[in-house]
Amino acid sequence: MKKKEYLSEPEDSTLLYYEEFRDKETEEPEQIPSPEKEKFKIIGAYTPRIDGEKIVTGQAPYTHDIKLRGLLYGKILRCPHACAEIVSVDLSKAKNLPGVKAAIQLKEGRVKYAGEQVAAVAAVEEKTAEEALELIEVVYKTLPFVVTEEKAMEEGAPQVHDEPNIQKFNDYSRGDIEKGFKEADVVLERTYKTAVEIHHPAETHGSVAKWAGDRLTVWDSTQAIFGVRDTLARVLGIPASRITVIKKYMGGGFGSKLGLNDYTVVAALLAKEAKKPIKIILSRKENSLCVGNRPSSLQTIKGGVKKDGTLTALYLKNYTSGGIQRGDRCSEPIIDVYRCPHLKVEEYSVFTNTGASRPTRAPGHVQGTFALEGFLEELANEIGIDPLELRQKNYSTKNEGDTGIPYSSKGLDQCYKIGAKKIGWQRRNKNPGDGNGKIRRGLGMASQIWWGVGRPETLADIKLHQDGSVEVICGTQDIGCGTRTYMATITAETLGLLPKDVTVKIGNTMYPWCGSSGGSTTTPSVAPAVRDAALKAADYLRKLAASKLEISADTVVIADGKFFSKGDPPKSIAFKELLSELRREKVFHGEYTGRPSGYAYNTFGAHFAEVEVDTETGQIKVLKVAAVHEIGRVMNRQTAESQVIGGITQGVSTALFEQRIMDNTTGNLANPNLRDYKLATSMDIPEVEIDFVDMVDPRINNLGTKGLGEPPRIPSSAAVANAVYNALGVHVQELPMTPDKVLQALRRKEVG
Amino acid sequence: MEEGRKKRGKAITRRDFIKGFSGGAIGAAVAPRLLAQEAESLQPEAGKVPLYSKKPITLTVNEKKYSVVVEPRETLLHLLRERLNLTGTKMTCDRGECGGCTVILDGVTVYSCMYPAIRADGKKITTVEGLAVDENLHPVQKAFIEKDGYQCGFCTPGFIMSSVVFLEKNNNPKREEIKAALSGNICRCGNYFKIYEAVEAAAKNMRRP
Repeated sequence: MKKKEYLSEPEDSTLLYYEEFRDKETEEPEQIPSPEKEKFKIIGAYTPRIDGEKIVTGQAPYTHDIKLRGLLYGKILRCPHACAEIVSVDLSKAKNLPGVKAAIQLKEGRVKYAGEQVAAVAAVEEKTAEEALELIEVVYKTLPFVVTEEKAMEEGAPQVHDEPNIQKFNDYSRGDIEKGFKEADVVLERTYKTAVEIHHPAETHGSVAKWAGDRLTVWDSTQAIFGVRDTLARVLGIPASRITVIKKYMGGGFGSKLGLNDYTVVAALLAKEAKKPIKIILSRKENSLCVGNRPSSLQTIKGGVKKDGTLTALYLKNYTSGGIQRGDRCSEPIIDVYRCPHLKVEEYSVFTNTGASRPTRAPGHVQGTFALEGFLEELANEIGIDPLELRQKNYSTKNEGDTGIPYSSKGLDQCYKIGAKKIGWQRRNKNPGDGNGKIRRGLGMASQIWWGVGRPETLADIKLHQDGSVEVICGTQDIGCGTRTYMATITAETLGLLPKDVTVKIGNTMYPWCGSSGGSTTTPSVAPAVRDAALKAADYLRKLAASKLEISADTVVIADGKFFSKGDPPKSIAFKELLSELRREKVFHGEYTGRPSGYAYNTFGAHFAEVEVDTETGQIKVLKVAAVHEIGRVMNRQTAESQVIGGITQGVSTALFEQRIMDNTTGNLANPNLRDYKLATSMDIPEVEIDFVDMVDPRINNLGTKGLGEPPRIPSSAAVANAVYNALGVHVQELPMTPDKVLQALRRKEVG
Repeated sequence: MEEGRKKRGKAITRRDFIKGFSGGAIGAAVAPRLLAQEAESLQPEAGKVPLYSKKPITLTVNEKKYSVVVEPRETLLHLLRERLNLTGTKMTCDRGECGGCTVILDGVTVYSCMYPAIRADGKKITTVEGLAVDENLHPVQKAFIEKDGYQCGFCTPGFIMSSVVFLEKNNNPKREEIKAALSGNICRCGNYFKIYEAVEAAAKNMRRP
C-alpha cells in the first residue's frame, strides 16, 4: 500500500464544477434528439416516491445501519492543535487494551488544522474504541497558527502552507473596465461578506469496509460510488476491479460526500489489519471539523450604470477562504447572468489552519449571487428604477454577459414574470426604507444561474424477464432527490407500464457506470440514459408484438400494459404475455452520449422574498418566498417541488443563521454541534410558492431535462437580503444577517 | 468481558458518565457540579472496584418484550439500534439537539440518545418499525409518502414519531401549532413545508371516523 498517498492532503475539488462544465467541448451526438415533440403522461406529473414505504417504516438501509458478522468499530484520533509537528505517536497502551483489535498511525510530520487525523483504532465495542483513543500517547510540538481570514491576511501572519496565505486563482476580464466606468452615469462600490458554513448532513459521514482475500467491499455514505472505488484503488494500490462500493440510502451530503474520504481509507486499512470488517461512523463534532465546508468570501464590487439602467462595467475582487484548501470561485454569476460589456474579476484564496473546504450545494454561486444581486438592488435605487426592471433591461441570451455563445434554452424572463405575480411585486416599497413603526416589511428578488448538464457516457440497462417483470439498473445514487422514482417513471412511460411495475436497482459499482451525484448532474445524466435503454426495449417489443399480431411494427401502440394496433385497438397483446415469448432475459443498454457544442447549457431561476424586520431587536422574519425555475422538462413535479423547498430553507438558513465560529485563542472550532451552529428550523420556515417554466430544452438530451440540485439553493439568501434592504433602506451586506448586524446596518444608515 | 473492564485503567470518562446519566434532559434535574464531582470521585477508584453495576431490565418495544442487561452509560438509542437491531431510529447529533432519534415512551416522545436505557425498565416503547399494524401503514406514514414529506429520509422516523404523538393530542391543528410541535426535529434537507402538509393530510385522515 502506498502509505504516503493517504497521508497527503485531500484532492483539490472546489473547482470541480467549473472545470467540468464551463464551455466544455462535448462529443457531438450522432443524432440530435428533438425532445420537444414528446408528450408524456407520467413523466412530469406528481409521482410519490417508489421507496417511500421503506423510508417511513425505517426499513431503508443507510450506511449507519449496516451490520455484518464480526463487525468491529473504528475510531479516529484527531489532532487538538491548529498547527503542530508530530514528535511521536505511541500506540502500545491502546493496543493492549482488551477488546482492541487494531491500532494504526495515520499521520507524521506537520498537522495543519485541529481535527486532522493522527491515528485510528478498532475494537469490538464502540466504547472500547473510544477508551483506546485516550490511551494513545502523542507528543506534539505546537506551532503558531491562524484560523480566521482576517488574521491570515495580516502582515507577518503565520503561514499555513509553503507559500503566502493569499493566492490568486482567478483572473478574468472582457472589454475595457476603465472605459466602462467612464461611460457610466452612476458608479457604486460595495463590499460584501459571507461566513464559512458547514454541510451538516443528517447522516454523519461513515463507511464500512470488508475484505474477502484481496477483494474489498465498501458500504459508504457517499454521493459518488464510482469515484470512491477508483480513488480507493489508487490510494490502496489495488485493482479497481477488486473493489465494490455500495450505497443504498444516504442521509444527505450537499457536496460533503463527493468522492473518497480519508476515514474510508482508514476503515479499509483497519479491516486489513484486524482481519475483520470495520465500521467507522463520524460524530457530529467530526462532521464539523474535517469533512468540508463552504468557503467564506469578502467581495468588493464596483459597477457602473447609465441612467436608463444599462450596465456599463462590473468589477469584482474576492478573497475567499476554504481553510487549508482553495476558496470558492464566486465570480460565475457576475460573469454570466447580465449583459455587461466591460468586466474584470480577480479572486484570491486565503489559507487558514482550518479544515479543507468541499463543494457545498452551489459552491461559489451562493456567495457570488448574494453580492451581485445585492449590488444591483442598490444600483437600481441609485438611478431610481425598479430593481426587476434593471435586471430585465440587462437580459442576455448568450453566456459571458451576452458576449459568448447562445444559451440552448433560457426561461429566466418567464421566471421574473411568474415570480413577480406570485409575490405581488407592486407591493414593494418604491423607496427602500419607506414605512413607519418598529416592524418594517420589504420585498426583494434575485436571479439564478447554474449549469445542470449531464455526463456523457452515463449508462443504464433495462432488463426484461420472461415472467413479465422489468428492471432498470444504473450505478447512480439517490441522495434524496428521487432518482429511483424517475428511473421508474421514465421506464414505465416508455413501456406503457406503471412506476410500481418497475424494479429499480442503483447504488452499486457492479451496475452500469454513472458519475457522482453532485453539481445538478444526476437527472440530466441518468434520465436520458434510462430513456435510451427504454426506447430500445420498446422498439424490440414493438417488433415482437407486430409479428405476433401480424401487423406492421410502426402501427403498434404501447400503452396501459399492452401492445395494440393503432387502427384496430382490440387487436392487442398484454405486456406480460408478450414477454413470456422471450427465450431468456433480455437486456437493453442505454447511454447518454452528449449534446451538441456551440451552445451554453444552463439552468435559470428567480426567487422573490417578503420579510418583516424588527428595527428594535434586529430580528428578521421571512414571511414568504416565491420561487420559479427553468430546468427544461421536469421529471417529477412532486420531488422537484421538494428540491426547491429544501433550497429555500437552506437559503433562509444561510441568510439568517449559519456560520462556523473559530476561536483565535485555541485554534479550535467554537460551535461543533447543532445547538451552537444555528440552522433554520421549523419555526423559521416561510410560506412558499413554487413554479416551473413550462419549457423543454431542444437539444441537451432526449428528454430536454436539466438538473435541479443547485439552482434553488442559489438565489434565496440574496432575495431575503434584498427584501431586508427594501424594508430598511440599508443593505446588511453580510451573511448571516444576525440581529447585531441588522442593528449595525441601521446605525450606519442613521450616521449616513 | 466483566474482567476486562475491571482491568482497564480509565474505563469511564467524565463525558461518558455525564452523558449516561444526563437524566436532567428528561426531567430529573441534577446539578451539573454534583455530577462532575461524582465523576471525579469515581476516577481514583478505577481499577479497584467495578465502575458500573450492570442491571437487568425488561422493556416492551413494539409490543415485544425484551430482557437485557444494561450499563448505566448505555443510551436507549444504543440499545435499540445496536442490540435490538431496530435501526429505523437514527443517530444524528447524539446529544439531544435534532430529534432524529425520537421514539414514543409510555405515550410521550423522548430523544432516545439522551435517555438512559436503564431508565426504560418496565416501559413501553414504540419505534418507527412498530407503527404499522399488519402491514397497514399509520396515517402519518401514508401522508408522508403522499405529500413527499422527506428527501433523504434520515430524519423522517423522528418527524413521524413526533407527529404521531402530536396528532393524538390534537387532530385538527393549525399550521402554527404544527410548526411548534415539530420544532424539536431538524430536517437538514429543509423539506419542512411538505412535512407540514403531510401532518395536515394525516390529521384530516385521522379525523375521519
